[in-house]
Parts: sequence; C-alpha cells; structure tokens
Amino acid sequence: MSFFEIENLSLSFGGVKAVDDVSFTMNEGEVFTIVGPNGAGKSTVFNMISSFYAPDTGHIRFKGEDITAARADQIARIGIARTFQNIELFEHSTVLQNLLIGREIHNRVPVLRQLIFDPGVRLAELAHRAKVEDVIDFLELAHYRDERIANLPYGVRKKIELGRALCVEPKLLLLDEPASGLNPEETEEMGFWIDDIKNDLGISVLMIEHDMSLVNEVSDRVLALNNGKVIAAGSAQEVQNHPDVVAAYLGGAA
Amino acid sequence: MRVLFKTDYNQDIKFAKHSGYIFWYGLLLAAVFTAPFALDTYWINELTRVLVYALGGLGLMVVTGFTGQVSLGHAAFMAIGAYTHAFLLSQGVPFLFSLPIAALTSGVVGLMIAIPASRMTGLYLTIASLAFAIVVEDVIIHWESVTGGNRGMLVDAPVLFGYEIFEAWEYYYIVLVLLIMSIALVLNILRSPLGRSMLAVRDSEISAESLGIRVARTKVLAFLISASLTGLAGGLFAHFIQFLSPETFGIILSIQLLLMVVVGGLGTVHGAVYGAFLIGFLEASISILKDVLPPAIGNQPGLEPGLFGLILVLFIIFEPEGVYGRWLKFRTFLENFPFYRRNTFKRQRSYLKTERMR
Repeated sequence: MSFFEIENLSLSFGGVKAVDDVSFTMNEGEVFTIVGPNGAGKSTVFNMISSFYAPDTGHIRFKGEDITAARADQIARIGIARTFQNIELFEHSTVLQNLLIGREIHNRVPVLRQLIFDPGVRLAELAHRAKVEDVIDFLELAHYRDERIANLPYGVRKKIELGRALCVEPKLLLLDEPASGLNPEETEEMGFWIDDIKNDLGISVLMIEHDMSLVNEVSDRVLALNNGKVIAAGSAQEVQNHPDVVAAYLGGAA
Repeated sequence: MRVLFKTDYNQDIKFAKHSGYIFWYGLLLAAVFTAPFALDTYWINELTRVLVYALGGLGLMVVTGFTGQVSLGHAAFMAIGAYTHAFLLSQGVPFLFSLPIAALTSGVVGLMIAIPASRMTGLYLTIASLAFAIVVEDVIIHWESVTGGNRGMLVDAPVLFGYEIFEAWEYYYIVLVLLIMSIALVLNILRSPLGRSMLAVRDSEISAESLGIRVARTKVLAFLISASLTGLAGGLFAHFIQFLSPETFGIILSIQLLLMVVVGGLGTVHGAVYGAFLIGFLEASISILKDVLPPAIGNQPGLEPGLFGLILVLFIIFEPEGVYGRWLKFRTFLENFPFYRRNTFKRQRSYLKTERMR
C-alpha cells in the first residue's frame, strides 16, 4: 500500500483535456514536485485532490483509502492540507485568527457550549493557541501576530498561508507554487522551511513549482506534465534533461 | 498610546483586554443603568426603541457582518417573533416562556430558510431573502385567525411574576438586560471556533472548505442564531408598539436593519449599536423635518426610504467601515497626534485572488 497514489486521473473542461490519464505514487516522508509549463494541468490535479473538482475517471488514494469522492471539507480531516497559488487568506482577520481557523478540524467542543463559553471551552482554546504559537515560532511570525492580513506584504502572506496549513497538522501538505512572487532570498528561505517541514515535522510534501532552484534543492522526486499528460518522472536532474521536457519548455523538433 | 505586553493566551480571549476597557465600558454600563432616573418618559421610550433596534441589528450582524450573507428579509424574522409572542400571550402563555419560544420559532424558520439558501451566494441570496420577507408579510395578512390580518392585533402588556409592567422605565430595564445578554452571547461566538468559521466563510469559502470548515453548516447556524436574536427583538418590539399590523414589518424595516449594520460598521458588535443609535436619531429628525419642510416635500410618501437609501449609498462610497471605523480612525489620530498620516488607513492594494472554481 502506497502512502499517496493517483491512478489514471482525467478531467475535461468541454473539449479541453486538462488532465489526461495521470498516474503517480508518492512515498511517506517525500518531497514530490510537479513541474510543467502554464496550462499543463498541475493546479487542476491539486484541485481534484482537494475535491474542488471531481475527476471524470480515475482514483485518488491516501493511505489505501479511496478519497476520490470525499467532500471538500473532509479532505483536511483525512490529513491533507493545502496552500493556494494566489493566496487565499482571511483578509479582514489578524494573523493569529487566520492560524486559529486552521485548527478547525481539531475542535471538539459542541456549538451550544461555545455560546456559553464554559471553562472547558476556554481550556480547549488555550490548547489551540499553544499549538498555533508553535507554528508562529517555527515560521518566525511572532512579529506579525496581531497584524491584519490586509496590511501585510506578499512574502509574509505566503508564509502565513503555509503556517495556516501547518496548524491543520496534516500528514500530507499540498503547496501550490510556494515560491511564486518571492524574491531570491525569500525563495531560499522557503526551501529551508520545506526541508524542516519534511525532516522535523515529518510531513510529506506534494508541491507545484516553477522555480527550478527551489525544485532542485528540496525535491526527492519530480514529475513533469505537459498538456495534461505525464512526460517524465524521476530525480530533478533526470527530468530537467529529459528531451520531452526540454521540448515542452523551449519548443523543439519533437 | 498604550502598548500591550502579552504574557498569557487568556489576554486575547477575555472581554476586557486592558484596564481601559473596564473603565470605559463600566462607565457606559453605569450610564445606561441610571439613565431612567435622569430622563422623562418620552426619552426613555426613545432609548428603548434604540435598544430594540440594536438587538435586531445584532441579529443581522451575525449573518451579514460576520458570515457575509446579505439579507434583505430580516424584518420578516422580527415579524415572526412579534406575532408569535403576541399570539402566545393572548393564549395565556406567561411572558417568560412566550418570549424565548418566539425567538426560537423565528430561529427555526431561519434555519428552514437557510438550508436551501446556503447553496446560494451573493445577490441571489439577497433576492431570496427579500422574496421570503414578502411571503411572510402575505402570510400575516391572510392568516387572520392568528394575526388579525390587516385589522391588526393588540399586544397584552408583559406580566412578570404576577406583576404587570406598565411603566416605560420598567420595560427599558427588561430590554436592556436582554440586549446585554445577547451581546455577551455574540461576543462568545466571536471568540470561539464557530465565530472564526463564520469570518472564514465570509472572506474565502474556498479556503475555509480546504481547512475542513463545513461551509453550508456554518451558514445555517449563522442564520439560526441571527433569526433567533432578531425574533427576540421582534417580541420586544411588539410590546413597544403595542399594536401589530403587517405594514409595520415591511421592506422599509428590512432596509433600516441593513442600514444599521452597514452604517454602524460591518463585522463589529459596536457597529450594530452605533447603527441603532443613528437610525433612532434619523427617525426622530425626519419626523421633525416633516413639520418644518414645506408640505410639497414633507408629505412626499417616499421621503423616509429615499433618505435612508441615500445615506446607505453615501456610506458605502465614502466610509465603508461605517461609524465605528470612522471612530477607530479618529482614536488612532488622537493616540498618534501629531504623527498621524493621511495614508494610515489608506486601503492596501489587494493581491489577485484565486479564480472561483465553481
């Protein structure tokens, strides 16, 4: 039984085959990267894993369990958290509140008790806050704790979104272009964090990324997509030197 | 300027974040509890009306301010609360039972509306809520055996433990205590997971879902709580006006409630209260204006809704954060004087959002 498995996944939008018979498996404790030119179907694969889209055919399995038909809100409970390509934070809330929302799936207090806010609710809240504080320390966000998202720069928002996904305490983390819009130093920093997430927190990472320096630095294995199809798989070096990948990016005789 | 040092997670959870809260809100409580001794009956009545509005506005704030679902039908929940309460009283049910039952009835109707409505978003939901309000108004007109139809319905005076409440100040205290309890309830929601889920649904449904928040359930709960609070306000309103007729709970009241939460400050509890005071003040001024203005203008039938609409539009354009937002800016100005910059609250550029996937 593999940790995470995608089998013959396909999805068409009208006449366009966005994802065409994609299969791959991921091992536990791995950083697995999907690369490919724009429109290759990378984000569509992510959105099918998140159950925002239902695939036309194929299966998604997590720890042997078929999660293809799960509802979008069940995915986090199963143990898969994600970030978004264009940052989807709760803009009118503070950093702390955003991270606390990431604790939703660990909330066990019934609604009626929340309305009364008895001492038990307070204890549960304190426990959530302690956990969130760990993430704040981990990502060095203490400086921004009480800032509203709307007042923060792009690079910090990227970090907060990563932090919010970590508050879920997932087994598998989906990162949709974690380095997009970041400057070279921030990208390097992101690389260190992805390493730490894998090694210290023991979370497996499935990532979409264009920045090849980051891909080379952190990926254990790389998969290349083009026009919805898998064109190469293997180590970062193998994939980059694969003739089909070169052709997909630069155009070629193929 | 006060700098808060945080040494304990409880500091973020408790209501009074620092000694300033205790002082100013203590002063406010003292003021509202002693107000009846200083005011005559007319002003006590006006104040009671504002408090009832604040309670109704608070209900709408839960659904519109916190959860982001704009409702143009909240007058219907006030109507359901008012008529249920008045009917139960006329059947001999004591005040102390009738009021919560009325609030819950309204809440349950809100729940039933919310289950299909939670599939809708934005403008469609607003239109559906408007349609719902019109249906409720029609039901009230035609269900004569219970509501008295267009002839209207008298409301019995409230009786508490065998003691009949006639005086304005006695009723003022009932409304005040219930409002304070409701505010405490809403503040509890805001500091617990449910409140955070509501804010999450308001700001980004897609990422709320990816974090495991059940979006439809959150919306339905918001409607349940919102309709209950507004229904409670309706029950209290019934005693205040003493005579119920369908046109009391028309579209104008819905617009007034929406005006309250927008003008007061969307997404804040302060906003509901400020908004209620503003509406109370506006109503009083319009009725004075009507006497002063030449009859050709003063007797125009659309004067009130027209003015309300105009104010709503002006606020949305010039101060989307409402009166409370304006106050926050003014306070920052005082705290930082003379270093306040015009740009302090300038809207930050917002970054591209993920295109909606459904």
